[in-house]
Amino acid sequence: MSPAHLDGLDETEAPDHDGHHDHGSGAHGSLRGYLTGFVLAAILTAIPFWLVMDRPLDSAQATAFIVVGFAVVQIVVHMIFFLHMDPRSEGGWTFMALIFTFIILVIAVSGTLWVMYHMNTNMMPTHEMDAL
Amino acid sequence: MSTTADVATDDTVFHYEEEPHHPEGGSTMLGFWIYLMSDCLIFAILFATFGVLGGNYAAGPGPADLFELELIAINTSLLLVSSITFGFAMLAMVGGRQATMQIWLAVTGLLGLGFLGVELYEFHHLIHIGAGPQRSGFLSAFFVLVGTHGLHVFFGTIWLVTLMVQVQKRGLVEANQRRLMCLSMFWHFLDVIWIGVFTFVYLLGVLQ
Repeated sequence: MSPAHLDGLDETEAPDHDGHHDHGSGAHGSLRGYLTGFVLAAILTAIPFWLVMDRPLDSAQATAFIVVGFAVVQIVVHMIFFLHMDPRSEGGWTFMALIFTFIILVIAVSGTLWVMYHMNTNMMPTHEMDAL
Repeated sequence: MSTTADVATDDTVFHYEEEPHHPEGGSTMLGFWIYLMSDCLIFAILFATFGVLGGNYAAGPGPADLFELELIAINTSLLLVSSITFGFAMLAMVGGRQATMQIWLAVTGLLGLGFLGVELYEFHHLIHIGAGPQRSGFLSAFFVLVGTHGLHVFFGTIWLVTLMVQVQKRGLVEANQRRLMCLSMFWHFLDVIWIGVFTFVYLLGVLQ
């Protein structure tokens, strides 16, 4: 009894957690969770479509920023309410894999765009070179 | 006790005195998640390719000439609604209501087929008017990115039908529940990818 008492916090969490684990439970969510996620996702989808189809904003750049912002928020909403991501599931390993993937993703996408953009601007197309 | 006796007589056997308890399929969810993450990287590269080639129209049609946002809005709603119907199926599964679950799965599958139908119509239309994947770098990248997502939905639908048959035959046994959880993650993951597709390919494309 005494060792359990010493690191009381871990011990009280662990059994409940493991019990869940075996049935892969805790990843189902609830009706309320799904409905909340759905309503949020529907709103977050409808607004960008409205912004682009009806163009209430004159500036294309501002519209683009807002649309991308909504996409990022919607991805987070889906992660939480549909994919039931939480930093503690599977002992934190799913979250760890997600963070790792995100880092690789940022490096790959931003690196590609950066390098290829500079290649494009620094390489002169052949027909322009002929004109010189 | 017999196992400890075996260990004592045969010293080539090496294992833990007390084997760590791994229930069957206990690591499936984590493994499947890691698969999804690697799939996510495939899409990341396809998005990056589209980002690089997306502006190379080769004097051909651009996004604003080709994309009909009404169609994309329909497709987006189909996929979004299919996400929540799959959620309802999972809730029915947890509650042990097999018949309800099968109905929700069927609805999800039909929505998936609807999505594929609209997408195939769009692709057919584009190819028909001469805006096929060979027309320009932009269209090549577009067809690969959106087509890869469509293929995922297609295989997800096949998987869904397979699992419906499995459940019908064997019931909601532990293994089937695990498979349904994996498919649920796969399906929701595809919806997340679709957010990127409709934002970066369609909305921002038409906006230019």
